[in-house]
Amino acid sequence: MNELLQGLIKAFELLVTLDPEVMEIAGRSLAISVTATLLAGVICLPLGGLIHFNRFTGKRTLINLIQTFYSIPTVVVGLFVFLFFSRIGPLGVFNLMFTPTIMVIGQVILIAPILLGLVIAAFSGVEKAITDTARSLGANDLQIGIAVLQEARFAVMAAVLLAFGRAISEVGLALMVGGNIKGFTRVFTTAISLETSKGDIELSIALGIILILISLVVNMVLNRLQQR
Amino acid sequence: MRKAIYCLLSTIALLALLAGFVGCAGEFKIATTTSLYDTGLWSYLEPLFEKKENVALDIIYAGTGAALNQGKSGNVDAVIVHDPDQEKSFVNDGWGIDKRSFAYNFFMIAGPSSDPLGIKDLNPADAFKKIAEGGMKDPGKVKFVSRGDNSGTHGAEKRLWAAAGYDYAKDIEKSGKWYIETGQGMGPTLTMANEQNAYVLCDGSTFTSYKGKLALVALVKKTAAETLNVYNVYAINPDKIKTTQIAIAKDFINWLISPDVQKLIGQYGGGSLFYPITDTTYPAIPNLADNMKPVQ
Repeated sequence: MNELLQGLIKAFELLVTLDPEVMEIAGRSLAISVTATLLAGVICLPLGGLIHFNRFTGKRTLINLIQTFYSIPTVVVGLFVFLFFSRIGPLGVFNLMFTPTIMVIGQVILIAPILLGLVIAAFSGVEKAITDTARSLGANDLQIGIAVLQEARFAVMAAVLLAFGRAISEVGLALMVGGNIKGFTRVFTTAISLETSKGDIELSIALGIILILISLVVNMVLNRLQQR
Repeated sequence: MRKAIYCLLSTIALLALLAGFVGCAGEFKIATTTSLYDTGLWSYLEPLFEKKENVALDIIYAGTGAALNQGKSGNVDAVIVHDPDQEKSFVNDGWGIDKRSFAYNFFMIAGPSSDPLGIKDLNPADAFKKIAEGGMKDPGKVKFVSRGDNSGTHGAEKRLWAAAGYDYAKDIEKSGKWYIETGQGMGPTLTMANEQNAYVLCDGSTFTSYKGKLALVALVKKTAAETLNVYNVYAINPDKIKTTQIAIAKDFINWLISPDVQKLIGQYGGGSLFYPITDTTYPAIPNLADNMKPVQ
C-alpha cells in the first residue's frame, strides 16, 4: 500500500515537473497508438461497410474469423511481424525492425480485427428502414453508407476507443518488435515492464497512473466530439 | 465550431501519423545480454559512443541465445554475449567475426540470509550439490531459481550442475517444485528468488547493482575457472548478412577495447562491478595480447 502512495506522489511529481523522459515516452506512446488507430480506422471503416452491405457466400464465416482474432495474443502478432520484417525475412529490405514504424504496423494488425468486427456490428445495429428510406430517396451507395455511419456513430466511436485502448495498453508486441530502446522505441507499457523487472516499483506505478490519465483525456476528447 | 474541432483533430492526427513514421534507418543496433543491461553499464557508455561515432546507438537486450538469434536474423550489427558454448557455434557457423573480450566478472551464488543448507563459502560445485539434494528432499523449504532462458548465466548454471555430477536434462530440469525457471532476465530472476527465499546463480555486477532492493545475501563468491564470466563482443559477418553495418561494428569493437573505455569499465559503479579485460588480477582469457589488437 505504501508503494501505491509513493507511486501516486511520484506520478504527480513527474507530471508537474514535466519530466523530459516521461514526456518523451508519453509522446511516443500516443503517436504510435493514435497513428495505428487512425490507419486501422481508414482501412476498417470502409471495409466494414463493404462486408456489411454486401451479400456473398462465406460472409458468416468471414465474420466468425474476424471475431476469432479479437483475442489474438499480442506476442503472437509480435512473432508474426518479427518473422516477416526481420532482416532475413521477406519484408526485411525495409529495415524496419526495432523502429516506431514497425510498432505502428504491428498495432494496426493487432486492432484491425476488433475494429472491423465492431464496425460491422455497429452497422448491423442500424435499422434497415434507414437504408431503405435513403435508397428510395435516390441515394447512391456511398451516400447510404454515410447515412448509416451517422446513425451508428456512437457504436463506431466505441469501437474506435476500444481499438485505441488495446493498442496503447499492449506490451508483447511493443517489446518484441520495438525492442524497448531508450529514446527511440520505449513506450509506457515497455517502460513499466522494464522498471518493474528492475525492482523500481514506484516508477512503474507512476508511469501506470500517467498512462491511465492520458487514456482518460483521450476518451474525454472523443466523447465530447461524439455528443454534438 | 464542430468544423474547427474536426480540422484541429485532423491536423493532430496527420502529425501523429508523420511522427509515427520517423526513424526508419541509420541506427547502429546491438544486442546485449540482460546481465550487462540491468547493471546500467550501457546507459553509461551509450552517449560516449554516440558522440564519438556520430551515430544513434540502439541497444536491444535479451538472453545470450536470443541475442545471438537477433544477430543471425540481421536485426542487429553487433552482439555482446557471455556463453562459451553458444558463442563457439556462433563463430563456427560463420555468423560472428572479430571477437574481442572486453570485460569480466564472476558468477556468485546468492540465497536467503538464513542459508538453510549452509552453503556459505563452499566450492560452487559442492554448493550446487547441496542445493540439489536439499531441494529434492524438501522442496517446500529449499528452492533454486534458474534463468531457464538459454542465456550465458543459464549456461554457466548448467556447467555447475554438471560439475556437481548431475545430468541437467534428467536430474535437474522438471525434477520438482524446488527448481524454478523464470525464462526471464537476471533482474526479474533475482526478484523471483527474493520473493521465494531461494538460492540463485547471478553475475557479481547485477547482484551488486541490486543491493538494497533484495533481502538475499551473497553466499558463495569464489574467483575460479568455473565461476569466470567473460563478456565478448562480435560483429556480424557481412558475408552472411549483406546489410550489416560492419564498419561501425568494427569501430564499436575497437572502442570497447580502447584504453579509455577499458578504464571507464573498471571505474563503473565505484569500481566493484566489472574487471576490464586488461586487468590481469585473474587470467580471464588465454591470449590477452591478441585480444587487444584492434580489428581491421
